Amino acid sequence: MGNFLVWVVWFVAAGSCLGSGIAVVSLNNPFYSALSLIGNLASLAVLYLLLAAQFLAAAQVLVYAGAVMVMFLFVIAYLGGRADAPWAGGSPLIQSAAVVAAVALLVEIVVVLGLAWGDNLKDPAEVSDSFGSPAAIGQLFLTDHLLAFEITSIVLLVAAIGGVVLGTTRERGNGIEERV
Amino acid sequence: MSGPGVGWYLIVAAALFGIGALGVMLRRSPLVVLLSLEIMLNAGNLTLIAFARQQGNLDGQIFALAVMAVAAAEVAIGLGLIVAMARRGLALDVDQASALKG
Repeated sequence: MGNFLVWVVWFVAAGSCLGSGIAVVSLNNPFYSALSLIGNLASLAVLYLLLAAQFLAAAQVLVYAGAVMVMFLFVIAYLGGRADAPWAGGSPLIQSAAVVAAVALLVEIVVVLGLAWGDNLKDPAEVSDSFGSPAAIGQLFLTDHLLAFEITSIVLLVAAIGGVVLGTTRERGNGIEERV
Repeated sequence: MSGPGVGWYLIVAAALFGIGALGVMLRRSPLVVLLSLEIMLNAGNLTLIAFARQQGNLDGQIFALAVMAVAAAEVAIGLGLIVAMARRGLALDVDQASALKG
């Protein structure tokens, strides 16, 4: 019975994940695209929970669906109607080439998966309840992966400084505001 | 593991990656291109977490967290670039932003 329930949750989460992903790409209004991406990220968090990644699911909702998407919606609202570009670009040849390339990528991944399906993907490892808990992740971050942790902080600092540099306006001597 | 095996998650991740790649290559609005890029990054994250579960090794989840941090940085810079483009009066259309084209 519990098994069946997990399948149902997986099916709903995967379905809404793919559906909202298609909505992000196909909707014309960037505002609605961003809103569907929030649904996409939330259903991905459910899949993370099913994969015993509790901390990552929480981080996904807080950092991505919360902070990052608020920033996105803020910029889309700031740009207003200017954010609406034509749906797709290039000649029909380039457009169909894009579709072919995307489908080729998908087929490639699925074929590789199908080849590995029989032996390598069977019997996932047994994990304890603390697998994926904040304590376990924090322990690893401060021991085995300390360098990655520190480099991540530098990446975020550089991005913050870059955002400030890109966003500031400079006042010129003649009183005309120059946009940098 | 009760419920679907890891392979099913990998198929969802593959489909998501394909959808995101389609969006990046097809759409013209830089905002939607960034959103599609997020979908691709998240498909990669789902793969990392699925394999972490398969191997019973938390390193994959650590990697996924690092990807999240890089994605946040990428969004900050990308949105900053889009706002700078808009303030300079450039068209918000990636096909027209071709000044660096060789």
